[in-house]
Amino acid sequence: MARLRDLAKLIRSKNAGPFLLTFDIMFENREVYEKVRDSGVINKEMISALYATAVDDVHLVNYDAAYAIKFTIPRPVFQGEIEDRDVFGGQQYGPLVDLNVPD
Amino acid sequence: MAEARALAATGILGSGFAESSLAKGLEWDPHFIGADAGSTDLGPQHLGAGTTFFSKEAVKRDLRLMIKGGQYKKIPVLVGTAGGAGGDVHLEGMRRIIAEIAEEEGLHFRAAFIHSEQDKAFLKAQLRSGKIKPLKPAPPVDEQVIEKSERIVAMMGPEPFINALDAGAEVIITGRSSDTSIFAAVPLKMGLSPGPIWHAAKILECGAAVVEQRPHPDCMFAFIRDDHFVVRAPNPTLRCTPVSVAAHTLYENPDPYILIEPPGTLDTSEARYEPQDEVAVRVSGSKFIQADQYTVKLEGAERVGYQSIIIGAFRDPVILEQLDDYLDRIKQTIVNRVEEIYSGEVVHGEDYTVTFKVYGRDGVMGALEPVKEVLAHEICVIIEITAQDERLTNAIAVSASQIATHVSIPQWTGHITSIAYPYSPQVLQRGEVYRFNLNHILELDDPCEIFPMDIVDF
Repeated sequence: MARLRDLAKLIRSKNAGPFLLTFDIMFENREVYEKVRDSGVINKEMISALYATAVDDVHLVNYDAAYAIKFTIPRPVFQGEIEDRDVFGGQQYGPLVDLNVPD
Repeated sequence: MAEARALAATGILGSGFAESSLAKGLEWDPHFIGADAGSTDLGPQHLGAGTTFFSKEAVKRDLRLMIKGGQYKKIPVLVGTAGGAGGDVHLEGMRRIIAEIAEEEGLHFRAAFIHSEQDKAFLKAQLRSGKIKPLKPAPPVDEQVIEKSERIVAMMGPEPFINALDAGAEVIITGRSSDTSIFAAVPLKMGLSPGPIWHAAKILECGAAVVEQRPHPDCMFAFIRDDHFVVRAPNPTLRCTPVSVAAHTLYENPDPYILIEPPGTLDTSEARYEPQDEVAVRVSGSKFIQADQYTVKLEGAERVGYQSIIIGAFRDPVILEQLDDYLDRIKQTIVNRVEEIYSGEVVHGEDYTVTFKVYGRDGVMGALEPVKEVLAHEICVIIEITAQDERLTNAIAVSASQIATHVSIPQWTGHITSIAYPYSPQVLQRGEVYRFNLNHILELDDPCEIFPMDIVDF
């Protein structure tokens, strides 16, 4: 069992425009990338539960060319609204960092 | 073989680049120099209030070097999304900066200023005829939304840039444009195939952000041919790798394989990324699929109201143990006091709101925060007062700051000062606050029809 932070070279989140939030989990090499990808730990149900969004609204892509797992969700609060807490969406990846990845 | 050479000065005009990198890029004989000057990432404020993100001086420094370089090499300079948001007021600001540069440098050139701010009556008519369609997710739109918008811009494609090039413009400044269109215009005019062009444009639009490790904003260069392109940083210490270049289509983009542009969609699903040498990457296999319908994205901002905030912090463990209840009591005391002052004529939830952001608990994620147990020994709170009237906002905020200073708890007997304020005065006026109110596309028959151009000879 390892934490995602021990396997990824970069975990980040960012606006994809004011209405979408996108997450990138990037790995140093193909081997680690495939291990995490194939573990299925990053899946639509987990993302849906963590970010309180409908499973059908989670867009999940395995991007082999860059050894990256990416997902995009509707922004929980649109950028710039009174209730928005993260103008760039840059810190919404926090709970992913210590996610357990099974061996 | 035909080749278009593109020099991106920086990721966003005003953020800077090394003068030596620009000089190196110019040695490679680019056909143009480009940069975008804005983004929605900066928030709705600039579109709403007509303000700019970077200082005039920062923008002028970058633009001066670009225009001097362009004039020296006799190549055009293309800048999109003037002033951060691309409204007419932003375009006008850029016009003044360029006039100063031309005068100070003794340069004479033809400039084109392309408008993207849209007329409300025109947009309402487009809405009625079904030409405005929502993206997902989109706030609801009706004629009232258009009417109450402070400013609405449409995001132009490459065609208005090409129009300006055909008119002999040497410096082209546009209102809102897609970042990639700035870099696609010249290669498209040269007649190269669109797949490599749009993919290279996506790589170039963030300047040196595509390299493995970027110590500071800097230039980027692409050599675009019919069946591939090569991306190389003019600064020899910056390294592009197949992974760093492939990774760039992830950035601020919902899907790394798909990029939707006004005339169609870039499809990178079959793109191959190969090392050209130690620091450059060759990309082939990118495709561009023309859309049946030409569309431009609309961006609008409306005023939410005025806001004033108070920053304070708690260190007393007894207060921290009952934080939610404590904040509720602060809020209720503010609401009661406002009722008293205005004889019940100013109502919470209608005329103003009191909201909290609590740092050390769920300040970043709000209701989505999965960690429920608070372990911090101190907590920072931001009290936000938002109202339609500026004077009312500040009047309530001042009362709120005084109220929050002394809210008793049953565990202590006597008068306490219950919050630590780092600043005096406590109330920070944020002024007008805005929201984005459109995530829609507008269908166009002619890509240039809603983007009129002013030609100015300096």
